[in-house]
Amino acid sequence: MAKYIIKRILFGVLTAFVVATLTFFIMNLVPGGPFLSEKAVTPQAQAAMEAKYGLDKPLFVQYLTYMGDILQGDMGMSLKKRGFTVNDIIRNKFPVSARLGGMAVLLSVLIGVPLGSIAAYNRGKVIDNIIIVFSTAGIAIPTFLSSTLMMYFLSVKLKLLPSLGLTTPASYIMPVLALSLYPASYISRLMRSSMLDVIGQDYMRTARAKGVSTFKSIFKHALRNAILPVVTYLGPLLAYLMTGSFIVEKIFTIPGLGHEFVSAIPSRDYPLIMGTTIFLACFIILMNVVVDIAYAFIDPRIKLK
Amino acid sequence: MSDYLVDIKHEKLSFFTPVGEVKALNDVSIQMKEGEVLGIVGESGSGKSVTAYSLMGLTADNGKIVDGEVNFNGHRVDLMTEKEIRKIRGKEISIIFQDPMTSLNPVYTIGNQIEEAVRVHGDKTKEEARQRPRELLTLVGINEPDKRLKQYPHELSGGMRQRVMIAIALACEPKLLIADEPTTALDVTIQAQILELMNDLRRKLKMGIILITHDLGVVASMCDHIAVMYAGEIVEYGTTDDIFYEPKHEYTKGLLKSIPKFQEKEYSRLVPIEGTPVDLLNPPKGCGFAPRCDSCMKICLERKPEKMIINADGTFEDMPDETEYNGKHYSRCWLQKKEQFELQDNAKGES
Repeated sequence: MAKYIIKRILFGVLTAFVVATLTFFIMNLVPGGPFLSEKAVTPQAQAAMEAKYGLDKPLFVQYLTYMGDILQGDMGMSLKKRGFTVNDIIRNKFPVSARLGGMAVLLSVLIGVPLGSIAAYNRGKVIDNIIIVFSTAGIAIPTFLSSTLMMYFLSVKLKLLPSLGLTTPASYIMPVLALSLYPASYISRLMRSSMLDVIGQDYMRTARAKGVSTFKSIFKHALRNAILPVVTYLGPLLAYLMTGSFIVEKIFTIPGLGHEFVSAIPSRDYPLIMGTTIFLACFIILMNVVVDIAYAFIDPRIKLK
Repeated sequence: MSDYLVDIKHEKLSFFTPVGEVKALNDVSIQMKEGEVLGIVGESGSGKSVTAYSLMGLTADNGKIVDGEVNFNGHRVDLMTEKEIRKIRGKEISIIFQDPMTSLNPVYTIGNQIEEAVRVHGDKTKEEARQRPRELLTLVGINEPDKRLKQYPHELSGGMRQRVMIAIALACEPKLLIADEPTTALDVTIQAQILELMNDLRRKLKMGIILITHDLGVVASMCDHIAVMYAGEIVEYGTTDDIFYEPKHEYTKGLLKSIPKFQEKEYSRLVPIEGTPVDLLNPPKGCGFAPRCDSCMKICLERKPEKMIINADGTFEDMPDETEYNGKHYSRCWLQKKEQFELQDNAKGES
């Protein structure tokens, strides 16, 4: 097990390196630069700024410098937010997004798993059809639509919930709901199909023949077998939701990492683009390792080698 | 209360499917005493598993008993609710399935699964429930029980898993064990071991066994009585000797002919039963086997034959209407009456 984890982490470092390299060169292939939009900049001043941030050097030299810095844990200064290092930005913004995303993942699992199981156990009945309709709608409705509708009805019309920021506990409700709509629907569909598969298995009939109650046969015998596809989906989901959603953060004015991630691109804030991309990549890699380990705990047939 | 452990009277069971009512059992009556071994043989879809499953309410959701009575150990199983049946499942009546590879839950240890069967009926103390799985594994002949209890199903061989299934079935010392093709998925050498084990346990625990199989070799070695099923009916019933040495129904004869024999020359071919089983969505008016029968008569296609008792001297008599267990050899075939028909015809001709 320990050997497996070490191996996976080494591979993860290699993957992160490839991601960093590709991002660096692709980013520089895109026309434009960080200082072009600023008005009335004399060519001399621009050259001076580029020299200050090392952008005047050949691309390959810039790459080596950057990789050297990042190995020491330094992701550089933001070009747009003067005085902030990329490390600072991630350190400040990530906890906000992570808390929101974590709650959304939890909510998605708590809604999706029971709904999917209920649908499977009542296959073809009214309740199954209702759940299918809702989960299909949840997958089809885009976040910006559900967010704005919620905001319009709950904040503007009924004045129940605050419409922006994360100042009170109540202000978490709408962003978390908006974030979990899609994953909760998706998980309920995953759960329904894998549960249907498990219900038809011989060992479920064995449980029934032993005299085990329906409730216990679902919770003990079916759930643990049926949950694997959901666990697979949870790894990347955790990474994506915890690093923040641009749309939700924009709509609800939340100071999260997702917003920084996307807005760094049009402003050509090179160090911030690199920093957030590498951070997201590492997070996904880590979550996948965690999922693999969780797999081995859930299903003893899976051996980590 | 009847004197029998199992007393099924005129059971009719149908599966209600989107295409229509599939009449899986058509007037099945079986009696069985405590400690007896009954073999049910027949081809796929003949209703042998359904008959046994209906004894413990394990038929699929769309299967309903339409008519008749199912008595087991003093319970009217056909009238019980799911909750009531659950109390006798695993306690008074147990089952082992065909495929031991898929019948155990892959994510729990053997010990956990046996202990669950012990605990579910809750009449054992904690200490007893903890000791019981070990005893059971020893009983079914698994060596190193302590090691096996901690293992998962995928770490055991097929034969070993079937032994574990038997251990689970025996957890509460049931009065009746249903063995649904227990050896079909196993290697031939393991088959013999499992049968021997079941025979041995039956003597030790004095339990009844219903052995469902399509392998006549398996029933011959174990059963007291054999019921031959075809198209949801018992077409012939008798002691093992009756069935093997004095088969009366053409279907039974066909089954016996299809067993390979050692004395035969290597070039003599096996005799198959031609044709396919009947469609139970639209069962025929007459005898279900008639379209495949070599000795089919006109009446076979028009009227269902009644049960006829076959006496030891080869004479036959009509079976009384009320099903009464007497272990007597009976069959449902018009051929028994052929002689009588011929006499009648002659009498008509003469007059």
